[in-house]
Amino acid sequence: MEEKLTLFKNRKRFGIEKNIDIIFKNTALVLSSFVAIILLGIILVVFFQSFESFSRYGLKFLVTSEWNPVKDEYGAFTAIYGTLVTSFLSLLITIPLGVGTAIFITEDFVPKVFREIIGSFVELLAAIPSVVLGLWAIFVMEPFFRAFFVFLHNFFGWIPLFSTEPTGRNSLLAILILVVMLLPIVTSIARDSLNQVPKKLRNAAYGIGASRWKTIFSVILPAALSGIMAGVLLALGRAMGETMAVTMIIGNSNAFSWSLLSPGYTISSMLANQFGEADGSQVSSLFYAAFVLMILSLVVNIFAQWLVKKFSLKY
Amino acid sequence: MNSLYYQKRLSRNIGDKFFTSLSVICALIAILPLIFLVTYILIKGGSQITPELFTLEPNPPGDDLDAGGINPALIGTLIITTIASIISIPVGVGGGIYLAEYSKGGAFSRFIRFGVNVLAGVPSIIAGVFIYALIVSTKILFGSMYSGLAGGMALSILMLPTVIKTTDEGLKLVPNELRFASLGVGASMYTTILKVTLPSAFRSIATGVVLGIARAAGETAPLIFTALFSYYYITGFGDLFYEMGSLAVLIYNFALEPYDAQNKLAWAASFILVLSILSVNIFSRILAAFTEKTKRV
Repeated sequence: MEEKLTLFKNRKRFGIEKNIDIIFKNTALVLSSFVAIILLGIILVVFFQSFESFSRYGLKFLVTSEWNPVKDEYGAFTAIYGTLVTSFLSLLITIPLGVGTAIFITEDFVPKVFREIIGSFVELLAAIPSVVLGLWAIFVMEPFFRAFFVFLHNFFGWIPLFSTEPTGRNSLLAILILVVMLLPIVTSIARDSLNQVPKKLRNAAYGIGASRWKTIFSVILPAALSGIMAGVLLALGRAMGETMAVTMIIGNSNAFSWSLLSPGYTISSMLANQFGEADGSQVSSLFYAAFVLMILSLVVNIFAQWLVKKFSLKY
Repeated sequence: MNSLYYQKRLSRNIGDKFFTSLSVICALIAILPLIFLVTYILIKGGSQITPELFTLEPNPPGDDLDAGGINPALIGTLIITTIASIISIPVGVGGGIYLAEYSKGGAFSRFIRFGVNVLAGVPSIIAGVFIYALIVSTKILFGSMYSGLAGGMALSILMLPTVIKTTDEGLKLVPNELRFASLGVGASMYTTILKVTLPSAFRSIATGVVLGIARAAGETAPLIFTALFSYYYITGFGDLFYEMGSLAVLIYNFALEPYDAQNKLAWAASFILVLSILSVNIFSRILAAFTEKTKRV
């Protein structure tokens, strides 16, 4: 009896093991809070670095388009306008294409094997680095579309969007390469949310005599809408922050123009171009522009997450 | 009687045909760029591959005859992504362990998961701007400004959300019975995690992490003003504190050069980058499909 008790006593966990357990837990806790620290750090650092420019220009920075390191005058309107225009227009093209592709993948038009191959092809497109897409855009896409741009200018030149003579790199090319980059994001998220729509809904619609596309438009797409919307917003955030491909093809000119056929600027391409060589108050102004970009993408991202939580499917 | 047969002329059938062909066209447009892109890179870049490419330094632009090789950039990419992995994998796996194993769905863990998603959406160039402000401009790393180390740190910020997410999700898939069994025989929490749950989630975590590394290897924006670029061989440990080249930045710099020889070098570098990234992706996809099949049995 006595023997058994001592055995039992020895089976107790050692103090050192308990301590290791506590240390392990706390280490994991600290490591997980790194995310929050980095996120807050980014926001604070970029904000404080932009403080000088912020106090000098205030909100005027957002609406003036002078960017002159010699005269020390800065305004980011051209870049902000470029960021918004390229991302929204590219999204406008991507949404129908991406959702159409997602429908093609989730419906049974062709055998499953082909659909899976197409699906993984589109996802592989997302893995290609944007700098490679930029290289491709410079040497393949730009010559390919040149004649088309001249045609656009000749026939639709009276529309301000096409009013300038196309000369090499321009905003429209940036929009097109953004479409290539956003397509995988919109397609894969739209496909996932279409797949999540329960089969019951489809069967019910077929049962009361709806045709295939009536079912898709009136039943399946509305049910998957929140997921698709979230994917679209994520793509929008991505488009705003996309740097390399856009920088390489947009032409990088701070002269404001309504025309998509003239060289333009986005916030991220401005940062990529000027950050390395900037000094003095230009750095602070660049940080201000970076801060604007960050706020834009944060708002879009947080809104997307809120949308997912609020409207996620409840069947 | 007629109404029992399929009627081509019916407006609903015409409409269906129309939309079906529309979605086929969408799918075609979606995969055409990939096919064009990959074949173009494979042909154009593959034709530039020579043994010297892997051993020589790139020549400074201007010499139109011979561009040299991409050895420093290749090694630089390996070093920078290794630094990024060394920083982000322990932090990310540790954070993921906390979220999946310890947190009870309270405010803190919800905030961290939210933060992970937000950090994943931060534009990659902002990570570069952040590291520039924090490390490059302050010369905090032993007085060096642009360095491979700073570049690795910038990339680690981009990798971190991916690593945390895959760890969190991988651990959540481990059945609770395994945990109960381990705790039931008297193992402590950390033994359970290190010896039972982490090993059984290892494959899915590793796949996610490797995909994250592959993505980081192609990132350019965070490197262009943290690691900058270098034309010279990496010879020793000390080179970590100086400007360091990478394949991605080489492609960016040389694509914008007016010289044909440099452009060709950019194509060759893209070939190597795309080939390695795509093969990692395809391999992990096959592996994932394979594991799924064996699990169902």
